[in-house]
Amino acid sequence: MSHRVLVVDDEPNIVISLEFLLKKEGFVVAVAGDGEAALQQAEQFRPDLVLLDVMMPKKSGFEVCETLRANPALAGVKIVMLTARGRETEVTKGLALGADAYVTKPFSTKDLVARIKTLLG
Amino acid sequence: MKAKLRFIIAACVLGLLMTGPFALTALLLFADSKDAERAAFAEFLLPRLPLGGLITAFGFIAGMMLLRGLFQQYVQGLLRMAETLHLMLGANRNFRVTPEGPPEVRELARAANDLAQQRDELLTDVDAQIRQAKATVEEEKNRLAALMSELAMGVVVCNLDGRILLYNSRARLQFKALAQGPTSTSGGALIGLGRSIFSILERGQITHSLEHIQQRLRKGSAAPTANFITATRGGALLRCQMAPVLGSAERAEKVDIPPDPRAALHSGPAPAAQSSALRNPASAPPAGQGGDEVSGQAVPAHQQTETATSMDAELQVTGYVLTIENITRNFEREAERDQALQALTDGNRAALGNIRAAVETLIDTPDMEADYRERFTRVIADEAEAMSQRLDATMNRFADSLKTRWPLEDVLAIDILAAAARRIEDRLKLPIKHEEQDASLWMRVDSFSLIQAITFLASRLQDHYAIRELRLRLATEGKMVFVDLIWSGTPVSSETLYTWELEPMTVGAETSPLTLRDVIDRHGGEIWYQRDKAAHRAFFRMVLPAATTPDVAANDQVQHLHSDSRPEYYDFDLFAARDAAGSGIDLDRKLSELTYSVFDTETTGLEPSNGDEIIQMGAVRVVNNRLLRQEVFDQLVDPGIPLKPAGIPIHGITENMVHGQPKIDVVLPAFHEFCAETVLVAHNAAFDMRFFQLKEERLGVRFTQPVLDTLLLSAVIHPNQESHRLETIAERLGINVIGRHTALGDAFVTGEVFLKMVPLLADMGILTLRQALDAAQKTYFARIKY
Repeated sequence: MSHRVLVVDDEPNIVISLEFLLKKEGFVVAVAGDGEAALQQAEQFRPDLVLLDVMMPKKSGFEVCETLRANPALAGVKIVMLTARGRETEVTKGLALGADAYVTKPFSTKDLVARIKTLLG
Repeated sequence: MKAKLRFIIAACVLGLLMTGPFALTALLLFADSKDAERAAFAEFLLPRLPLGGLITAFGFIAGMMLLRGLFQQYVQGLLRMAETLHLMLGANRNFRVTPEGPPEVRELARAANDLAQQRDELLTDVDAQIRQAKATVEEEKNRLAALMSELAMGVVVCNLDGRILLYNSRARLQFKALAQGPTSTSGGALIGLGRSIFSILERGQITHSLEHIQQRLRKGSAAPTANFITATRGGALLRCQMAPVLGSAERAEKVDIPPDPRAALHSGPAPAAQSSALRNPASAPPAGQGGDEVSGQAVPAHQQTETATSMDAELQVTGYVLTIENITRNFEREAERDQALQALTDGNRAALGNIRAAVETLIDTPDMEADYRERFTRVIADEAEAMSQRLDATMNRFADSLKTRWPLEDVLAIDILAAAARRIEDRLKLPIKHEEQDASLWMRVDSFSLIQAITFLASRLQDHYAIRELRLRLATEGKMVFVDLIWSGTPVSSETLYTWELEPMTVGAETSPLTLRDVIDRHGGEIWYQRDKAAHRAFFRMVLPAATTPDVAANDQVQHLHSDSRPEYYDFDLFAARDAAGSGIDLDRKLSELTYSVFDTETTGLEPSNGDEIIQMGAVRVVNNRLLRQEVFDQLVDPGIPLKPAGIPIHGITENMVHGQPKIDVVLPAFHEFCAETVLVAHNAAFDMRFFQLKEERLGVRFTQPVLDTLLLSAVIHPNQESHRLETIAERLGINVIGRHTALGDAFVTGEVFLKMVPLLADMGILTLRQALDAAQKTYFARIKY
C-alpha cells in the first residue's frame, strides 16, 4: 500500500516540484494551498504524512501543526515542517509543538524524500 | 550703676576704718577707768575733740580722693576698654583699644590689641583660603562645562527623586526636539533645573535601571551601569545609559579632612551650598559661547546628616548620570536594515528552494514530458528573475542604512527572573516559586521590556485563568535560554496566547507601547504554549538568546570599592539634597526655596470677558532665588480675531506676526506643562489669570497652583506709595528695565522685581508662601476685580 502525503504550501512554484517528486516516488499526493484547507484535507484525505510550510496565509503552519496534534483521530500522522526562515528558535518551536522533522528551504529533494521515507518506515 | 554702688560702699568702709579704731579705743579706755578718771578723761578730751575731728575729716577726704582716682583708672577704665573690645568683636573689626591709664591697664590694652591683630590675620587667611578654594571649584566647573559641551550626547544629572540637577545643551536640544506641539512653544520647556526627569522618561524604566545598577553594585560589578531604550510621548526613541553617583565616600572626605576649606564653610552659619554650585551660564554669559554651555546648580543647603552611617552606606547611590542619545532615526534605519536583511535571506530562501526542487526534479527525470518540462523551466526562470529583482531592491535600500543595533544587554538570567518575580509579587500579589534555575546562565536581552513581558503574561494568566501561583524555570539548549512560566490546573489554548502576543502589554495602569510579539521579535526569540500532561501543568516557554559573559574579575571588585580615580567633577555637592516635597507645592515652604514661573501676556485688549484674546505669552523660571534666563517660554499666539489698532503701538505686535502662529488651544496647554509644579508669579496676575480661566474648561487645563502678584506684594511692602506700576516698582527697587512690552521682557522684569521683593518681605516677617498669599489678599488692591 502506498503512503499518502499531504503537501501544504501557498507557493505553487514549490508545490509543483514536490507533487511531481512525491508522485514519482509512488506516494499518493494531495495539495492544500493554505492552513484551513490543510485541516479540511487532513480529515478527508487521511494522510500518513503532512509536508507543512510555516509561513502561510489564514493559519500559520504552527497553528495547523498544533491543531493536527490535538486531534486524536490523526494521532499517527507524521508532520514535516518546511520553512523559509532558518532561525534556530523557530525550529525549536516547531519540534516542541509536535513536528517530527523540520526542513529549512532551500533543501535537497533527495534528502527530503529520504527523510520522508525514513519517517514512514 | 553697679560700679557706683560699689564706690559708695567702699567710701563707707573707708570712713569706718578711719574713725572706728579711735572710737573703739576711746570706748574701751572709758569703760576700764573709774568715775574720777572718767571725769578727768572727759575734761581732757572734749575740748580737743573738734581738732581731732577736723584732722580725721581731712584724712577721710584725702582717702576718698585716692579711692576715686583708683576707681576711675582701674574700674571705669576697664569698663571702657570692655566696650571698645565689644566694638572690635562686632561692628568694627579694625577698631583698636587706646592704651591709657595706669601701666597695668595699658599693658592689658596692648595685649588685647595684639590678640585682635592675630585674629584679623587668621580671618584674612581663611578668606584667602576660601577664595582659593572657590577658584579651584570654579576651575573644576569650567572644565566640566567645557567637557560636557563637547559631548555629542545629552547629559542629565538627577538626584534620587528624579529632579534634574544639571544638564548640558545637547540634552536641552534633544528634549526640545521631542517636546509636544510646536517646538518654539515648548522651547526646551520640559528640561530644566529642579524639574522632574519623569516628565520626559518613564518612571518605571528609571526605577528598573536603578534597581539593576544596585544589584550590580552589590555583586561588585566594575561597570555598574544600565542601558535602556525608551520611547518618549512624542514617539522618539532614546538610548540612555545610566551611571550611578555614589554618595557617602566623598561626603565622608569633606567632613573628615579639616584643612578642606569647604569643611570650614559648611560649619559656618551662612548657607554655603553655593560654593559648590555650578554656575548658571545666565549669571555670567561670555558673549561668544553661544548655546554650548552647562546649566546646573546646587540644591539648597542640606543637613549634613548620617555621615557616620558606616560601611553598608558606602555604596549608597545618591543620584545618577544619564547620557541620552536620540536614536529615532537610527532605529528607523535599523528597522529598514533588518527588513532588508530578512528580504535577502528569508525571501530568497523560498525562491531558492523552489528553483532547487525544480532543477533537481528535472535532472532526476530526463524523460519528462515536454509539457511538464516547460512548466518546471518556467518556475526556474520566474524564481531566478524574482530573486534578481529582490536582490537589487534590497541592495539599494541597504546602501543607506547605517549599522546600529538595538542594544541588548548581557545579563544574568536569574537576575531577570528575580526582578520579574519581585515585580509580579509587588504588582499582582501573585506568589512566585522558582524551579530549577541554572545560576550561571547569561542571556542577551533588553531587561526592561523582557520583565514587562513576563509580568504581562503573569497578569493575563491571573486575570483570565485565576492562577494562584506561578513558577519560573530556566533551562538552556545550545545558544538558547528557555524561560518557562509554569502553572498548574487550567489549560490555556494556543489561540489565547496568539491573541495576547499581539496586544499592547498592559499591567494595571501601566501600558507599554510594545506588544509581547515585539519583545520576542526584538530578541530574535520565540514563545509558545505547551502542556505537561503527566504533571497536570502547563507552561509558556520563551526562547531567548544566550550570552557568554565572563564573571566579574575579583580584582575589579577591589578596585571599585576603593576607587581613587573618581573623576574630579563628582565633587559637586548636588546629590545629598533630597527634595522632601517631591511634587505639589507646600504653602509653608520659604519663599526663597520655591520654584516659580514668572509670566506675562500681551492681549488684544483689556476686556477678556468681552472677547479680547491673548496674543503673546512669555515666562521665565526662578529656581533657588535665581532667574534662569535660558529656561523660558516665549510664544506668539494667533488670537483668531483682528488686532485692535490701538494696541499695536503698545505691544508692537502686528497682524503679520501673529499670522500662522499656533492658536491658544495649543499654546495654553504647553504653557501649563511649562509651569507645572511651580508657583505662578505675574504683575497684576488677576488680569492674566482671568484670560486663562475663560479657556480652562474648553481646553481641559486648570491652573491650580498658587499665584503671587507683584502688584499686590508691592502694595504690601510700600503701602504708602501711590503707583504700583511695573516700571515704577522696578525703578524703586533699582532694576534696569530693558525690552519691556514683550511678554518675555515683562516676565524678566517681573521676575527681577519679585526676587528683590523676597528679602524685603522677609524683613516684614513674611517668610512663607502662605504668609505672602495672605498678606497680598489683605491689601486694598486685592478687591479690584477684572
